[in-house]
This record gives sequence, C-alpha cells and structure tokens, in this order.
Amino acid sequence: MTEISNFIIGFFILLGSILSLVAAIGVVRLPDVYTRNHAASKSATLGVIFILFGLFLYYLLTEHQVNSRVLLGIVFVFITAPVAGHLISRAAYNIGVPLWKGSVQDDLKKARSKKKLMR
Amino acid sequence: MKKTNLKTNDLIFQTATKVIVFLIIIYSWHLFFSGHYTPGGGFIGGLMTSGAIVLLLLAYDIKTVVSILPFDYIKMAALGLLIALLTGIGSLFYNVPFLTHTFGYVELPLLGETALATAVLFDLGVYLVVIGVTMTIIQTIGETE
Repeated sequence: MTEISNFIIGFFILLGSILSLVAAIGVVRLPDVYTRNHAASKSATLGVIFILFGLFLYYLLTEHQVNSRVLLGIVFVFITAPVAGHLISRAAYNIGVPLWKGSVQDDLKKARSKKKLMR
Repeated sequence: MKKTNLKTNDLIFQTATKVIVFLIIIYSWHLFFSGHYTPGGGFIGGLMTSGAIVLLLLAYDIKTVVSILPFDYIKMAALGLLIALLTGIGSLFYNVPFLTHTFGYVELPLLGETALATAVLFDLGVYLVVIGVTMTIIQTIGETE
C-alpha cells in the first residue's frame, strides 16, 4: 500500500515539476510577450496544481490527515493565476507592446477600430 | 496616462476579486486563531486581512472600498493598542505581574472542549494594530496626488 501510494505521490510531483520546467523553457524560447505569458500562466498553473495535489496525497496517504489548506491553495492558484496572466497580457497590449512578426490575426485591434468608427 | 476613448473594462479582475477576497479573509482568520499551536498569529493574520483590503483597493477605487468598509484605520490601531494594554492591566487585578496570561478549558456548544487563552485577546490587539497601521500607510500614500 505504501509503495503504491509513494509511486502515485512521486508521479504527481514529478509531473508537476516537469510542467513547471516546460513553462520556464517556454518563457525563455517564445518570441513575444503574449506567447510567453501564455506558456507561463497555463503551464505553470497546472504544474503548481499537480505539485500541491501530490502534497495533498502525501498528507492523506502517508500521514493520514486531510490537509484542507493545500486544497484551498489548489483552488486559489486555479482562480488567480489565469486572471493574473490576463491582466499582464492586457496591460502589455494597452501600452502598445507589438505582437510577434509572424502573427496573422489581431481581433482586438479590429474590434477597437470598429468601435471608434461607430462613434 | 494617455487619454483614450476606451472605458477600462475590469470585469474579469473584479469578479475574481469578489471570490478571492473571502478566501483570503477566511484564511487570515484561520491563521489568527491557529497561532497558539501552529505557525500563525496576530501579525500575519492582520497582514493578510489588509492584503485582502488592498486587493479590493486594486480592483475598485478608493471611494467604493471606503463605502463598503467604513473603518477609521487610525482609530482601529488605537483600539488594538488599548486592547493589548487592557489584557496586560487585567492581570494586575489577580495579584500577579503585568502581562501574566492564563488559559482554561471550556466546553463550547459546537466545538467541544476548547482551550481558551487570554493571549488571544492580546493577539487581537496585535491584529487590529497591524491592519490599522498597514491600511493607514497604504491609503495615505494612495490619496496623495
């Protein structure tokens, strides 16, 4: 039983740390702010959630206690990290950070110019 | 700031704040009450509660926050100091040195047997002082042009 639980806990923590590493590589290698933000907010969120879930399983299976603070941390990261990514990305767009040269579509610019024409 | 025709649209941030503020305040009270046996206490509880109020200040403007939380934070800090001083003075009535604290086990209706310590009242004073000082600093800096 403990061997199986150790394996499951290790699997979740390793998966979470690999996802965090993927996020870090994405931040280094992607070309502009928006794609970097995409990598950082999505992948790091899931990585942190997996690590916290592994910690929760460790407390549950090895120490036999339900640690509700870790569950609260999972909910908190799941709500706040995408909102933070959204706010950073929108602030970058509003001060005029350019998109990557290879981008083909900018719907927000189109929508804003249309709104200006209507006025 | 550059003048634009666009009205700022903070819907996602404000909606997330409405959920998150309650989580932060509940967790800060958890930290406050668990300070006797586990890490926590009045200081970080107060800092976390004022962090929740700062999040409200970021998501909404200062007038809205003052209208939903109509506290005078300087008076709150003074009240906290008064509570901390009174818990110290209270020990003098029992012929023991200043700031001597005591505790007892009480049978509460829902919680069962609970240890109640007078150090919690001192911690309440610390909690109020920390919230009062932090929010006074932040609101004073935020209001000056």
